[in-house]
Amino acid sequence: MFMPVLIIGILITLIISSFPSLKEFGFHFVIGREWDPVFSKFGAFPFIVGTFLTAFLSLVISIPFSLAVSIFLGEYFREGFLPSLLQSLVELLSGIPSVIYGFWGLFFLVPIVRAIEMKFNVPPFGVGILTASLILAIMIIPFSASLGREALKMVPQDVKEAAYSLGATRYEVIKKVILPYAGSGIISGFFLALGRGVGETMAVTMVIGNSQHLPENIFSPSNTMASVIANEFTEATANIYLSSLIEIGLLLFLITTLVNILGRWLIGRYNR
Amino acid sequence: MNGQHQVKSGRLVKDKIFKALIICLSFMTTLPLILILFSIFHKGISSINWQFFVNIPKPVGEPNGGIANALIGTVLLVMLASVMSIPIGILTGIYLSEFKKSRVSWFIGLCVDVLQGVPSVVIGIIAYLWLVKPLHHFSTLSGAAALAIMMLPVIIKSTEETLKLIPETLREGSLALGANYSTTIIKVILPAGVSGILSGILLSVARIAGETAPLLFTAFGNPFINWNVFKPVSSLPLVIFNYAISPYEDWHRLAWGAAFVLIMFILLLNLLVKLGAKRWKVQF
Repeated sequence: MFMPVLIIGILITLIISSFPSLKEFGFHFVIGREWDPVFSKFGAFPFIVGTFLTAFLSLVISIPFSLAVSIFLGEYFREGFLPSLLQSLVELLSGIPSVIYGFWGLFFLVPIVRAIEMKFNVPPFGVGILTASLILAIMIIPFSASLGREALKMVPQDVKEAAYSLGATRYEVIKKVILPYAGSGIISGFFLALGRGVGETMAVTMVIGNSQHLPENIFSPSNTMASVIANEFTEATANIYLSSLIEIGLLLFLITTLVNILGRWLIGRYNR
Repeated sequence: MNGQHQVKSGRLVKDKIFKALIICLSFMTTLPLILILFSIFHKGISSINWQFFVNIPKPVGEPNGGIANALIGTVLLVMLASVMSIPIGILTGIYLSEFKKSRVSWFIGLCVDVLQGVPSVVIGIIAYLWLVKPLHHFSTLSGAAALAIMMLPVIIKSTEETLKLIPETLREGSLALGANYSTTIIKVILPAGVSGILSGILLSVARIAGETAPLLFTAFGNPFINWNVFKPVSSLPLVIFNYAISPYEDWHRLAWGAAFVLIMFILLLNLLVKLGAKRWKVQF
């Protein structure tokens, strides 16, 4: 009975603590574009945009790779040395702490992105939405890949054999039979990966550049909801400042919970 | 005739290209992992020596700074978090596997799923509001509580999954011998599932050992060695974060070293789980 109490306790604590800012800004908190601690004006719109831009971009980058890994492990090579090696490596990818991803991104990806930015004639910050999305894409591949593999493995053999017997090549079977059949399982994997990406903090904080303004393009520095909390929570002295940050936390909690429940619901539907 | 043949070979070529593409992309996925591990080994090993483990950090410019404070802090945090979360986790797992079909356990299962998805930084806020604010300063205890909340879903899930796999006959055998319900669970069900539960605990430790976000405003970090649970404490991921974003070459070196130690610890735990899963497995 401890778990529901814990969840409800978390929800209530977040709501109570963000009450000052809820009362002060109301709905303007979500659409307000200005985040200015000095004048106690708090609008989280830039961070919400930053969060979703980063999460979706990373999902788009990760899809070809996670899909390839799912098909590799779930269809082409199911047993043997090579697939089990690949699987352990991908699992390891999910075991690396996010702070290490951020650290590595800071010293490895940032120079690369900076070089790309020089070519495109945009201000070469090196840090920004693109860098954060790249790191995030690497981090979420294992989640969608493992769910995708499970979904592909559950496609019944006779459906595939029927397609083969009609003269279809393997590519056609995968494209026209297996992927549609396992579709909702794969998509639920993407959902869970998205939930992961929205809530990811440390790696993103280290490479996103921490800007309070609405991002102009994918190269510009930005901030996500999680990274703004990580950066400013210990600096927040005024009560309204703290409660605004907690309200961002509340939003984050609600969004990730929603995305996760949606993902589980899709899995549940698929398994039935 | 000829045209038909060409169409067919076109399809076959497409098939081959697709397979090659899948293999290529799959192995490209492992590229970042190899790069990350390589740079950590490359830069981390050179900064590791005896002083690195026994000294506390020195000001920039002085040689022989170490991360003893962070090592002790991580051990302290992980132990405290385990003490808090293991009993609750195992008990909840037992409940979920014993009462599979009740509405209550469906709801608890949903809560576990939700908790697993809660971003770590939000859990940090919660620990801050529950334990830092009332006590008026950052503490090891609050950091450990945040980590304990993160450990719970992993332990619960693995306990539940393991116990569900134990055959019904085992339980019936015990009950038939006259053992009552609690004896059956403690003496028969739990020992049979010990490998799964243990590997769940190890995995959860591997998960939280690298967590930074919930510690930023709970354990906070401390440049000195600290054993007091009501005082702030440092940990390996915190050290990596703080030194990585600092502008000093010396501190980057310490951060690479700390990253190396952390990665080795996590790899070791994962390896232990893999080996243990084989060795302790009870066959039915």
